[in-house]
Amino acid sequence: MAEQETTKGMKPIWFFVGIILLLMGIIIFISGLYYLFNPSEINTALTHLHPDIWWGGLMVVAGFIFIWTNRNVTV
Amino acid sequence: MSTIVLSFADWLIIAIYFVFIIGIGFYLRRFTRSDEDFFLAGRRNSSWVAGLAFLSANMGALELIGMTGNTFKYGMYVAHFYWIGAIPAMLFLGIYMMPFYYSSKIKSVPGYLKLRFDEKTRVLNAIAFAFMTVLVSGINLYAMALVLHTFVGWGWSVSMWISAATVAVYVTLSGLMSAIFTEIVQFFLIWFGLLLVSVLGIVEIGSLHEIIARIPESFSTLWSTSADPTQNGMLVTWGGIVLGLGFVLSFGYWTTDFLVVQRAFSAKDLNSARNTPVIASFFKMALPFIVIVAGLVAYLLANDPNSGFHLLRDGGQVNYDSALPLLIARYYPNGLIGLGVTALLAGFMAGQAGNISAFNTVFTYDLYQAAYQRVTKTEATSEHLLWMGRMTTIVGILISVAAAYWAMSMPTIMDWMQAIFSWVNAPLFATMLLGMFVTWITPSGAFWGLLIGMVSSFTLFMAVRFEWIAKSAITFSNVASDMAANFWRAWWAWLITFVITIVVSLFTKKKPKEDLVGLVKGLTKEAVEQGIPFYKKPEFFAIISVVVLIILNIWFW
Repeated sequence: MAEQETTKGMKPIWFFVGIILLLMGIIIFISGLYYLFNPSEINTALTHLHPDIWWGGLMVVAGFIFIWTNRNVTV
Repeated sequence: MSTIVLSFADWLIIAIYFVFIIGIGFYLRRFTRSDEDFFLAGRRNSSWVAGLAFLSANMGALELIGMTGNTFKYGMYVAHFYWIGAIPAMLFLGIYMMPFYYSSKIKSVPGYLKLRFDEKTRVLNAIAFAFMTVLVSGINLYAMALVLHTFVGWGWSVSMWISAATVAVYVTLSGLMSAIFTEIVQFFLIWFGLLLVSVLGIVEIGSLHEIIARIPESFSTLWSTSADPTQNGMLVTWGGIVLGLGFVLSFGYWTTDFLVVQRAFSAKDLNSARNTPVIASFFKMALPFIVIVAGLVAYLLANDPNSGFHLLRDGGQVNYDSALPLLIARYYPNGLIGLGVTALLAGFMAGQAGNISAFNTVFTYDLYQAAYQRVTKTEATSEHLLWMGRMTTIVGILISVAAAYWAMSMPTIMDWMQAIFSWVNAPLFATMLLGMFVTWITPSGAFWGLLIGMVSSFTLFMAVRFEWIAKSAITFSNVASDMAANFWRAWWAWLITFVITIVVSLFTKKKPKEDLVGLVKGLTKEAVEQGIPFYKKPEFFAIISVVVLIILNIWFW
């Protein structure tokens, strides 16, 4: 998906996708760790699976991949 | 009454989203120097960028909220909107119609109508399309406000004005480029934000197989119960599905609605433009794994007295649109809720921005520019058109806010949306189909066919709504749903346009064939780019897409 041509200096959209996935993934992951050690009074269904931890982690990994593969690319 | 409690992490995620997309608007402003940059994103996008934007522009409020709710109400038949009701038309657009749209360098669908027919046909379509886009933009705005007001506790006006202002800022700054960038960001947020609902739903129920096994048969099939409308949840026959949805509404939307076609126009070359809707078709086919699965999970939970899950009720009436937000509240802890709410916001704002960017392009190029030339006897400069595009964006947003307040009075927005499409897109599809494939269709035939088609569709809608005629008169069934009536009305509008256009064309003056080169198949040398490997051509991907479509329909027969 990474744009390979370098012309005018505009970062490709995939770079921005990576940034927002990384930022949100970090927040969700940290929030999940917080509630792992400080359980909330309000329990959602399947809370024992800690979806915030592994889904937040997945977003961090995906965001990092997008950023890394497009770090030197411009379109 | 709010049923979702947002934590600091949730608010932070929502705030990041708003700051981010406005920031993209400011970042891209420096690359938006001409009217082509503003309205066509400079025509530099790859087929992946254009393809995801193409689909994301379509993934508005109703895709997420309404289709999940509809699945709860009608069952698997809602998948028809994503499969037979989308894929054939998307592939047809890429394979057969994009060469005309892209190669002629037209900037809008009405622009094609002017070249193929005449000015009055173009103006008629431009006015109808402009009217439709601000209405649909307003519906997206209303649906977002509905969700935020009901589940997060935000006031109606606050929700609408914050969203409207945000879209106004980033579309005004950078036009289509900004809209496309944010649509792709929104595409990923929607997938990451909402796919987890289906995943956790499948885990709670047991398996996808378990879900299908536990729902009623009328909810679990696609075609086997379509011979008798009383046997399926949507009360529709296969005729209504194939003719009304699969042919007229689907082709009328995907091949002529400038909102989505504009994204394909932004592609860097013809092959990329043709690949755009074909690539998008794969993601479109996958969307049921979010909305349909979520709707079926909600259905099973609501019918399980031990689950504690119930849809909201408004004065005794079940609110089907509450299914997806309530599943988010059920499964998502704090942190993830912010992501879920952001995904919903992203879907609403993508739909709104898409309609507004299409509106400002059609208004500026097809209505304003022509009037400017007529009045001043000169061509408008690129700078002037760019300025006009920005002003039109702001005015369009204000009109859509008014439309949002109007939509509050409608009983079901999903049925309302399909009704609007049947008035505008269904007749237009007949006009475009005849114009592109039949050389002797005349400008007068196209104009009167389109006008009478739109008027007849609207008249049939009013006639059924106010019971001037029975619904069975247009659906051939005594038990048809409102959605089934939409499908059949679209078919009749298309047929009326088709027949009137042909009849009038037989008795009116034809355009010389030399004026139609490049506009009608058969008079046009195929503009095929050379040296492209077969595995990069749209035909290759389209074959794979068709195979997957057939497998899905057989699997869920």
